[in-house]
Amino acid sequence: MCLAVPMRVVTIDGEVAICEIDGVRREANLMMIDDVAINDYVLIHAGFAIEKLDESEAEETLRLMREVLAQGILPE
Amino acid sequence: MKHASEYRDPAIARKLVAEITALVAAYPGVMTLMEVCGTHTMAIHQHGIRALMPAQIRLISGPGCPVCVTPIDYVDHAIALSRRPQTIIATFGDMMRVPGSSSNLLREKARGADVRIVYSPLDAVALAEKNPQVTIVFLGIGFETTAPTIAGSILEAQRRGLKNYFVLGAHKTMPTPMQVLAADPELQVSGFLAPAHVSAIIGADAYETLVANCHIPCVVTGFEPLDVLLGIRMLAEQIIAGEAKVEIEYSRLVRREGNRKAQQLLAQVFVPNDARWRGIGIIPNSGLDFRPEYGDFDAAVQLPVTVEESIEPVGCRCGDILKGKIAPQDCPLFARRCTPQDPVGACMVSSEGTCAAAYKYGDHD
Repeated sequence: MCLAVPMRVVTIDGEVAICEIDGVRREANLMMIDDVAINDYVLIHAGFAIEKLDESEAEETLRLMREVLAQGILPE
Repeated sequence: MKHASEYRDPAIARKLVAEITALVAAYPGVMTLMEVCGTHTMAIHQHGIRALMPAQIRLISGPGCPVCVTPIDYVDHAIALSRRPQTIIATFGDMMRVPGSSSNLLREKARGADVRIVYSPLDAVALAEKNPQVTIVFLGIGFETTAPTIAGSILEAQRRGLKNYFVLGAHKTMPTPMQVLAADPELQVSGFLAPAHVSAIIGADAYETLVANCHIPCVVTGFEPLDVLLGIRMLAEQIIAGEAKVEIEYSRLVRREGNRKAQQLLAQVFVPNDARWRGIGIIPNSGLDFRPEYGDFDAAVQLPVTVEESIEPVGCRCGDILKGKIAPQDCPLFARRCTPQDPVGACMVSSEGTCAAAYKYGDHD
């Protein structure tokens, strides 16, 4: 139920944004987040953007994960 | 899908599993790691993560499915409201087949009740605006991820001057039940994979009291398979080091302080209450009630109905499942009398229920 989808903001009109992912567009209410801009990724849950995705943190997590792959520990 | 598919790389997953296995190889006991979010339950089953774990790590599911923890008398109440004339029940789809004492909403719909599945509570507000002569009741369930969207719908209904939009509320809030479960000697929880999107709202700092009181590690973890594996590794590292702290694996979304605007929205419309959790009982400060200023939107107060006396289904062990005390396979009804097609208990109904996930992904004979 807490499932939410990361979507890209396409247009903003007052408190309502049109967001897109994989060609699907939906309206999302922005009353819960500040400073949102076109092309930001936001997490959509039940018609509301509930949080913005932090691109630099996302990169950091991915870097950590890729690092695991690069060095890793080989199983027996 | 950006911000999702990157976290599903099987090669990295294999390496992470190998790392976790090596990390706990010398650990003398078993670490019991509990998740308390239906989406984690689904992710762990869907990606077969339990089967990848070494013998030292046991993954269990707690009360993370909001539909499953909703007491049966709430369903009976919703059914009674659906029988009112000129009334539309608007709900998230998960609630439709949850068994009440003698019926469910799907059956009531077949009998003529107007029950509609909506994607957003704002769709229910739109229904109210379009049908001014009809009473719209939205079934307000869910944790802190969902509760602000319902608070938002109430503010929107107020802004539009609607007098026919009501919410039957049974919201639950998170950190307190984790404390109850952490203190349960029968469970022996060693660490929590703390919920992803609930934490986006309440913030990772919300678990500090739990960690301090119970000396139990908490890692706020995302829902993709690599997130879950990384979260497990972070928990195992803390447990081996004898530490207990709050860490964030899901840092691309969750901040220490959470989403202040959503928190304000919750505080504006709701006030914490002692809520009853199916299978667990009353937990102080674990639910949300309407603030008196928003009492006009409270269906339980504004739309009196007679609700049948609630009867729990015989033999159903949802209560023990929700506490993580037994696995679905340990319930005598699982996959026999209780299936997703014909569910007895709530854990089999919601797609995020522990039993539904175990059934769907083949953890049964």
